[in-house]
Amino acid sequence: MNSLQNRPLRNLVIASGKGGTGKTTIAVNLALALVSSSLQVQLLDCDVEEPNAHLFLKPRIERTKTVGIPVPEIDLSRCSFCGYCAEVCSFKALAVFSEQVMVLPELCHGCGSCAYLCPEKAIAEKDRSIGVVENGKAGDILFSHGKLNPGEAMSPPLINAVKKEARNDMLTIIDAPPGTSCPVVTSVGGADYCLLVTEPTPFGLNDLDLAFQMIKKMGIPAGVVINRSDLGDSGVELYCQENNLPVVMKIPFTRKVAELYARGEAAVEFLPEWRDSFSALFRKIEMERQGAIEQ
Amino acid sequence: MKKITVISGKGGTGKTTLTGSFAALAGNSAVMVDGDVDAANLSLILKGEKLEEHPFIASSTAVINPQICTSCNLCRELCRFDAISEEYMVNPVACEGCSFCHYACPAEAIAMEERISGYWFVSKTPYGTLVHARLGIAEENSGKLVTAIRNKGEELANSAGSELLIIDGPPGIGCPVIASLSGVDAALIVTEPTVSGIHDLQRVVAVCRHFGVPALICINRCDLDLRQTENIESYCREEGLQLAGKIPFNRAFVDSMVKGIPVVEYDQGDLTKKIGEVWKYLLSMV
Repeated sequence: MNSLQNRPLRNLVIASGKGGTGKTTIAVNLALALVSSSLQVQLLDCDVEEPNAHLFLKPRIERTKTVGIPVPEIDLSRCSFCGYCAEVCSFKALAVFSEQVMVLPELCHGCGSCAYLCPEKAIAEKDRSIGVVENGKAGDILFSHGKLNPGEAMSPPLINAVKKEARNDMLTIIDAPPGTSCPVVTSVGGADYCLLVTEPTPFGLNDLDLAFQMIKKMGIPAGVVINRSDLGDSGVELYCQENNLPVVMKIPFTRKVAELYARGEAAVEFLPEWRDSFSALFRKIEMERQGAIEQ
Repeated sequence: MKKITVISGKGGTGKTTLTGSFAALAGNSAVMVDGDVDAANLSLILKGEKLEEHPFIASSTAVINPQICTSCNLCRELCRFDAISEEYMVNPVACEGCSFCHYACPAEAIAMEERISGYWFVSKTPYGTLVHARLGIAEENSGKLVTAIRNKGEELANSAGSELLIIDGPPGIGCPVIASLSGVDAALIVTEPTVSGIHDLQRVVAVCRHFGVPALICINRCDLDLRQTENIESYCREEGLQLAGKIPFNRAFVDSMVKGIPVVEYDQGDLTKKIGEVWKYLLSMV
């Protein structure tokens, strides 16, 4: 028996291969529509490189936490310069000379092997900050996001720190970064359902295919939202039909919605029909997920 | 050789559409690199024809030999990436290839096996050579893959005597962006007049400064919100950033993409003129 069977939908992730297709728009409007129907909702913005959900939800930040990666610190008085730490480091973050050890913290993944394996026990670890997690509330929506320090390359540990804020007693909506590589996989892992947001263009189709392959590999049921559905061509719809991928929502391009977005306003707050469509979207997702589990 | 990277912070602002047009405007004088290795699109408008395909190997994955494993649990305790299951199976998506378990295993039951993280390609296009890649699904090392194809692009440009390397960067500010950006002569940041566009612009400007790369700004869909466009312009003035141009919203962006050609070959009017001005300005700055 599938362990998902009796589990309510708790963790809904919004992803897309291509950037700028409307992930944040969907995440924010869905959260606002559901919270007004008295569902308890949490939103985690896992796009730590370029977090944007806060621009629309305008949360009050109550707690800030610095997130770091543990990097080696060498005690030269104990070090015998044997070079073993540099040998075991797969990321070339350590270099040992005759009387000196060089640590390159920006290459370190924080795996801890050097500290554990050092024969002289000359290596301790200390946190190097890569960014912050901010927690707060936007009305009744619980809100968390991560902000990666500019210049910092490694985002997955920060994304994991944002995901640790997930509550298991309410619906958690995760806004993922674009793409299909490690930051996306980190954001999407463990989700009950994934909405793939795309646009009906050749770029949108190419990147939807990549994102869908990733989601399939991770075993997560998925549905598609086609944004700006009246611009472009029919390639995305054909792809969805061929791959049995349900299209759960289509949003035509309107100048009004684009203008609200430009100003940082959520459309559901201004357009009552948007509120209805997003409530309907959630019911559709629950239905589709049930169908996917039963299959 | 001059190197130019097109980035944006925020996705979907028009990086690739503009890069495709720049390739056409450069008139076969440039080599192009698509630095968005997990969602590469540039070859779709440049009509690339693959000449070479190479596997990309940058890391390894732990493999546990069940015949030797004594189930002592040490690897599971030490692994910080939760990559080893209770049954002592390695989850290749979670495994970072750090080799900690391989060195620590008292039974020497863990080997490290090379993994193919993706493929990279050299393609011929009507506008010159394009180097691009496809990162494997759910793979890591996108930054290293970008560095690899950038180096290949530079090598090809050098041997062909090309004066220009144009790099289409990925969205965000993380490792593949840094790999696309470091050491280039200029970055063109394509933004849009939305609160998200401006917010992400500021973060990507900070990254350019961090790596000492001169940044120029292009505002795409500038007529979508005139006030936000003004905000971007005053931000540029305050920060001493050069404005390379403003491009109004135009359906030709989408229509040319559907046709699979650079927008400057689709539109014969004002849009193409505006993109041409941005390109000229960009060239004058490197």
